Amino acid sequence: MTSIFSQIITVVMMNIRSLPRRFWMSLAATLAIAVVVAVLLSFLSMSNGFRKTLEGAGTEDTAIITRSGSKSELNSVLSNDVVNIITTAPGIAKDANDRPIYSAELYVVVDGIKRTTNTKVNIPMRGISQTGFDLRKNVKITEGRMFEPGKNEIIAGASIQREFSGFELGNRVKFGKTTWTVVGIFSTGGSAFESELWADARVLQSQFRRGNSFQTVRVLLSEPGNIDGLLKAVEDDPRLMLDIQTEADFFKEQGEALGGMVKLGWILSIVMSLGALAGALNTMYISVTEREQEIATLRAIGFSNISAFFGTLVESLVLSLLGGIIGTVAAYLFMDGLTTSTLGGNFTQVAFTFEMSSDLLMNGIILALIIGLVGGFFPAWRAARLPVVLAFRGGA
Amino acid sequence: MTGGKLYDLRGVSKSFTKGKEKITIFNDLNMSISEGDFLAIMGPSGSGKTTLLNLLGGVDKPTGGEIWFDDSRVDNLSESQLAKWRANNIGFIFQFYNLMPMLNAERNVELPLLLTKLSAKERKKNVAAAMELVGLSDRAKHMTSEMSGGQQQRVAIARAIVSDPKLILCDEPTGDLDRKTADEILSMLQLLNREFGKTIVMVTHDPSAANYAKRVLHLDKGEFVEKDLVA
Ligand SMILES: Nc1ncnc2c1ncn2[C@@H]1O[C@H](COP(=O)(O)OP(=O)(O)O)[C@@H](O)[C@H]1O
Ligand SMILES: [Mg+2]
Repeated sequence: MTSIFSQIITVVMMNIRSLPRRFWMSLAATLAIAVVVAVLLSFLSMSNGFRKTLEGAGTEDTAIITRSGSKSELNSVLSNDVVNIITTAPGIAKDANDRPIYSAELYVVVDGIKRTTNTKVNIPMRGISQTGFDLRKNVKITEGRMFEPGKNEIIAGASIQREFSGFELGNRVKFGKTTWTVVGIFSTGGSAFESELWADARVLQSQFRRGNSFQTVRVLLSEPGNIDGLLKAVEDDPRLMLDIQTEADFFKEQGEALGGMVKLGWILSIVMSLGALAGALNTMYISVTEREQEIATLRAIGFSNISAFFGTLVESLVLSLLGGIIGTVAAYLFMDGLTTSTLGGNFTQVAFTFEMSSDLLMNGIILALIIGLVGGFFPAWRAARLPVVLAFRGGA
Repeated sequence: MTGGKLYDLRGVSKSFTKGKEKITIFNDLNMSISEGDFLAIMGPSGSGKTTLLNLLGGVDKPTGGEIWFDDSRVDNLSESQLAKWRANNIGFIFQFYNLMPMLNAERNVELPLLLTKLSAKERKKNVAAAMELVGLSDRAKHMTSEMSGGQQQRVAIARAIVSDPKLILCDEPTGDLDRKTADEILSMLQLLNREFGKTIVMVTHDPSAANYAKRVLHLDKGEFVEKDLVA
């Protein structure tokens, strides 16, 4: 029936043209939907960016060894003996002198002054060696030079320098009683390591009174992703109470700490959606009441009730789509690329960037359309069932 | 000009229930309307004129009895069948014009044609002819909200006739107009009846309606009190 189609189009166009009569109310309903969508997208883009930052740090080429059950680098402790035993396990790549390639590292927390808020927050400081430096993906010194072993020198990650004051090249910074000189700035292509300070592991051991102990060991795998040899060694030796994961898996797990954030985002958005839905329902019921006589007149002329139904439903969908687009654009303009940092799980401050994607934006539009669909359905149903005799009721 | 039987109402009754109360408007109403008739239905307010017009127009259903139109029964049609039947056979004219304020005059007039198979070009032609007939060719693009009551009612008449229905049903078409304008509208209806053979049923308070109609029926307490033919 082409007639039904042209009827629907006519009624929709008439409803859209009558929107100025209900301008403020329709605008309010549209903006309520926009806010819901913007909130949802903020959460989603935040967790998306966080996940990407962490996943970007990890590689399948290395395995990370922590004390069993420690879950994070910060909570792990490994004695020198354990480090010596585990690094002889099979599956670790060897250098030209047939020595295993590994990096025993320390991981401590120091204070930094955040530029945006001027408050003290934790930043991670990593004790590392040249080998440890080389094990990182995409790592390079962008300014200055590498620290010299045995000296109180640090190199700062690019986002540390961006987000915290006092880490300019050549600056001296004080952590507790020790003073350090910033001799270099490094980048790792935007991954989580850029939110760290790096110094010589041996110097850190003495300055932070760690004796001979370390916290984690990273080993270069002879075959990427294959940690069987290491797992077998742990299984066979009761002295080794260790967790072994590829670095990629390790960071992925850390990234999931923000999975709760996504859930929270959805819950908050759905609760707010109920508010927006109430607004949409109210607006559309008023729209139907206002158009009662027009709807009945069209019905008297011979227009079908299907056209009254879809005319109203589409009006609602148009308003909600508009809200969805406004919310999406707002979220995109204000959130995408916004850099922030968060206390991620047991992690310390990790700088990351809100990252929108077309998938996320679709989520926002779909949520808006669902609100519009439900908010329009019941009023549309009423419109379809209006008695035609209303056309003859007086009162212009 | 009066031809065969167009309407036949057989034992029609209509009642409303308001809460527990049952209000009977008609009880066993019988009447017929011939093709080419111009019937004015008069009567005091609340006598059931609009209700009768609603029944004739198929926008409301009787509680009992049968309504026949062109030798087929229409009171038992479904909602969507009735909508199609109205589109094919009836043009409505309302007291308050019932134009769509967001559409200009010609778009309003075009509305019934959207239910037909006519092409946009044919629709345009028919709309122009209807606008010409009501003398509003020069106002085709005007918004109806900027028109006088008389002009709006003429747009409504154009809308009622544009799809060339047999029958025009009017509810107090001059109820909102001054005397002079009312007479213009009534003459126009008379012209439609005389020159174009439209059957017209008009519900009205207007005493001068009798000067234009072929037949006047007085409705009182749900019954017809037939009076003499005028003119
Ligand atoms: N939908 C309805 N429900 C209840 N009563 C109605 C309804 N429609 C009309 N009536 C009653 O029927 C009577 C006749 O109404 P109506 O046909 O509008 O009279 P008229 O057009 O002659 O003034 C009135 O008393 C009115 O209150
Ligand atoms: Mg009436």
